[in-house]
Amino acid sequence: MLVTFLDVVIGGLLLGGIFALIAVGLSLQYGVARVLNIAHGEFILLGAMSTWWLHTVHGVNPLVSLAITGPATFIIGFLIHRTLFQRLRSTSASTGAFEGRSMLAAFGLLFIIQNVVILIWGADIKSYSYYAFPVNLGGAVFGANRLVIFGFAVAIGLIFYLFLARTRQGKAIRAAAQDTATAGLMGINIKWVLALCFGFGAMMAGLAGSLLSMTISLNSAMGLKYTIIAVIVVVLGGMGSIPGSFIGGFILGLVGSIVSYYLDSLLQLAAYYGLFMILLLVRPAGILGKK
Amino acid sequence: MNSIPFISKRALVPGFIILILLILLAAAPSYSSAYFVILMGDVFMYIILTVSWTIFSGPTGYISLATAAFFGIGVYASAVAGNEFPLLVVIGLGGLASFGIALLVGFLTLRLKGIYFAIFTFGLVTLIETFLRWWELNISHTIGRVVVYVDNTTVYYVMFIILVVLMLTAFIIRHSRFGLALQSIGEHEEAAAHIGINVTVVKTIAFAISAFFMGAAGAVMATRWTYIEPSIAFNPLYSFIPVLMAIFGGMGQLYGPVIGATIFTYLKEKLITEIPELYMVIFGVVMVIAILYLPDGLVGIVQKLWTRIRGGKRAHT
Repeated sequence: MLVTFLDVVIGGLLLGGIFALIAVGLSLQYGVARVLNIAHGEFILLGAMSTWWLHTVHGVNPLVSLAITGPATFIIGFLIHRTLFQRLRSTSASTGAFEGRSMLAAFGLLFIIQNVVILIWGADIKSYSYYAFPVNLGGAVFGANRLVIFGFAVAIGLIFYLFLARTRQGKAIRAAAQDTATAGLMGINIKWVLALCFGFGAMMAGLAGSLLSMTISLNSAMGLKYTIIAVIVVVLGGMGSIPGSFIGGFILGLVGSIVSYYLDSLLQLAAYYGLFMILLLVRPAGILGKK
Repeated sequence: MNSIPFISKRALVPGFIILILLILLAAAPSYSSAYFVILMGDVFMYIILTVSWTIFSGPTGYISLATAAFFGIGVYASAVAGNEFPLLVVIGLGGLASFGIALLVGFLTLRLKGIYFAIFTFGLVTLIETFLRWWELNISHTIGRVVVYVDNTTVYYVMFIILVVLMLTAFIIRHSRFGLALQSIGEHEEAAAHIGINVTVVKTIAFAISAFFMGAAGAVMATRWTYIEPSIAFNPLYSFIPVLMAIFGGMGQLYGPVIGATIFTYLKEKLITEIPELYMVIFGVVMVIAILYLPDGLVGIVQKLWTRIRGGKRAHT
């Protein structure tokens, strides 16, 4: 009994780490660039599929592929923001109008990326085995790859937190998050900073996808589920807060783990959504939210 | 209808065109091919979804992505009640079920601002779908349902009637105090509340009215599919396509969404049959382009051209 409980809790935390990484990315894109990127999950799909392809076809170690998928998704995200969302921003009358239009444009992106992935890699389910030997944690047994991806997720989150807190670029991003217009007046190149945020957001998703591909089977429709999870975690943890994203990620991971163990894994998404509903109605600014 | 001051001489010409169009469409199954009747059934369905989406989301600016949920509720109502009741009752049931759920959801969630409302409504689609699938697997032990078959001509006429009722409803709402209230909510919600509009009630009712027609359309469409399951009934595409069609056509005028839906359904039909593997990519590209370059839709472009030709005299019609 105790062991199964430990199983569920540690399983939930491991799941939560990757949720948090995904949410940090979305939090950057929505919190700073004001784009609610519904295509966020598609960058996860891109990262996961290219890692699968690099590993099974070219024999690249999945952890090494992080060095490829990260920069690649960053560049794609950066360019998409510079072309598409920048134009939307300059032609929208208000922030509200921009948020609505950019969300719908992101839906368009979702369909494009998802179906380009199908065109390139096909619609069948893919998986590979890497580092899958069991590890015993105080009686609860997990695949080593799950521990590895947890470690990487936390490390990436930490590095990014330090980047935001300690560097000049990080300071510029934080300033833009607080007040885009004033930050621009202070001499920050807003177009550059916003595109940077969007690119970093896409990169987090790409890295998360590469990591996830070690433990789950991939299909072209998996993106939306992670987008929904990311949105819920961001709302749970409060917009634009990296520690908040991690707390939210762990909570959601625990809920998912508990629901799939004690009820039915089909109800996972419904449970996330139920939590989200209650949260939005009770505390829309999130657990660590400011307002 | 007499109390509506909008029916003036200026409405005579459009009124005449609409009348001829209605007569032509009403007689269409007797002189056109079976393919046309099926295609038009689809066209009507998308017009219904798009116009009913516009009733609520157009003036208020709240982006609802719950269309697939209300449509799916209608589909399921038809599957459950289709065997016992005649078609018109089933349609009414589908519509009312959606109406009721929209009232509940709207009352709970319309306090949410902008983007949160959009996510919330979209989540509703996933929530209902996963719950139904779980229910069918574990409680009722039936996966999928068979729906009573109705022939294509009947589907055509029923959709047509729903469409006419919807257009009348949309027209009346547009030109009533209720419609003005909706519009003022879209322009400035706090100001609307301050001049005495009960914003929550107005929004919720508009949301529920639009849901009624979505549910009714779903109930009819189910009969043509004959077999349904949660992933068919609650396909998220039914949430996005109406938004795209409305933006594409332009929401400034009542006929904008109608034109958008008609052109788009035809295009969609062509693309699916000719290049099915690229259909979704093209769909996405058109969606992005429409949002980027057509903020007021096709109608907006035509109006701009018209204004230029007339020398800018009627810039604000």
